[in-house]
Amino acid sequence: MRYVVAKDSRDAVALLNTGENARLLAGGTDVLVQMKLGNKTPSLLIDIKSINGFSDIFAENGGFRIGAAVNGAEMGAHAALKAMWPGVVEAVELIGSTQVQGRATMVGNLCNGSPAADAVPAMLAAGAMARVEGPSGTRDMLVAELLKGPGQTKLGKAELISSIYLPARPEHSGDAYLRFIPRTEMDIAVASAGVNLVLDASGTVADATVALGAVAPTAVVVPDAAAALLGSKLGAQALEACAAACAAACSPIDDRRGTVEFRTKIAGVMATRAANIAYTRAGGQL
Amino acid sequence: MSKIHVTTQVNGDAVEFLCEPDETLLDVLRDRLNLTGAKEGCGTGDCGACSVTLNGRLVASCLVLGAEVAGSAIETVEGVGTADALHPIQQHLLDHAALQCGICTPGIIVAAKALLVQNPDPSEGEVRYWLAGNLCRCTGYDKIIRAVLSAAAEMRGENA
Repeated sequence: MRYVVAKDSRDAVALLNTGENARLLAGGTDVLVQMKLGNKTPSLLIDIKSINGFSDIFAENGGFRIGAAVNGAEMGAHAALKAMWPGVVEAVELIGSTQVQGRATMVGNLCNGSPAADAVPAMLAAGAMARVEGPSGTRDMLVAELLKGPGQTKLGKAELISSIYLPARPEHSGDAYLRFIPRTEMDIAVASAGVNLVLDASGTVADATVALGAVAPTAVVVPDAAAALLGSKLGAQALEACAAACAAACSPIDDRRGTVEFRTKIAGVMATRAANIAYTRAGGQL
Repeated sequence: MSKIHVTTQVNGDAVEFLCEPDETLLDVLRDRLNLTGAKEGCGTGDCGACSVTLNGRLVASCLVLGAEVAGSAIETVEGVGTADALHPIQQHLLDHAALQCGICTPGIIVAAKALLVQNPDPSEGEVRYWLAGNLCRCTGYDKIIRAVLSAAAEMRGENA
């Protein structure tokens, strides 16, 4: 195997495009484990951490652009980012241990393609945009458009994500992410939910996005669950309808961490509890 | 495979080494630099026995490549205290009998020191969450947590 430090994103794309069995290296908390276990045997490892801007968090048009090599600890230490998108940051901070947080990246969490990736439902709820760079140039697309299936994304062979953009938000908005795990720390989501709410001045939900993780081949946006919250102040009826819409959107697997029945039930529980937290963060009084 | 030449800093000293492209920082520390304090427990970033700091950030050295650390500053357990003057965390681990086999201890020391640098007065819960990635199969953790809390108190100048 060769190890190469990419000078810029064009260099990285060119290296991806050589036809070698190449993998990108940012935090390495997935790729180095996969190599160690023999699941992935790249002939070329392209380190993208030294590319200008890849390790930075920028304020941009009222929102934040987060480079592909920014680790979880750096996101957690960024007060302004955390104040604007607390749900996204708390989702990223749930990934692994303190040691993993010192390396793992949000883009890596997305590109690893796990249906249970913590950052992904939170990014979906936030309407996050991924900046995709490839041989034919640069484009911005919704994170939702990149999801494909377990271990996969819709990125082309020589494409990479250079950053994630979290947009500006209106007054009275808030987001939250919750997951169910059978322990208190260091585990993989059995079911999870990201919720982003915008309230009007009276505390009524004016806009909502609900996304679920670990209950389908990819994280999923659930428009019906969001619609159930619109026009409400998160009363019992709205939350019940939201949970029912979440259950209807679930097509989970049965495994040792959770049954189909349990995941389907708990997805709605996570969504309604996350909605309550997002509502409070948006300034609403429950 | 051609080896990669790396110049970096370990515990304040300039070092250079040659490593294979897929060789981990943990293997470089142990096998090339003779710093055997960091241990390999799992090799997959789950146990924390190989904890070091990389540019001030706590990491699992089994999930870092040697080739990646060029121009960095690495701190290992060998840089914490001396045989004559133990670091307060080391002394309190001893005083609380917070180790048995000792495999996890270097990682616990490095991780706890990194915590106290950024949070000199952590709550018990904060210590437990911070050290959740440092597995210990001997002690049941309680003595470790109490040792870290009392070391923190001493470092703040309070009577533990």
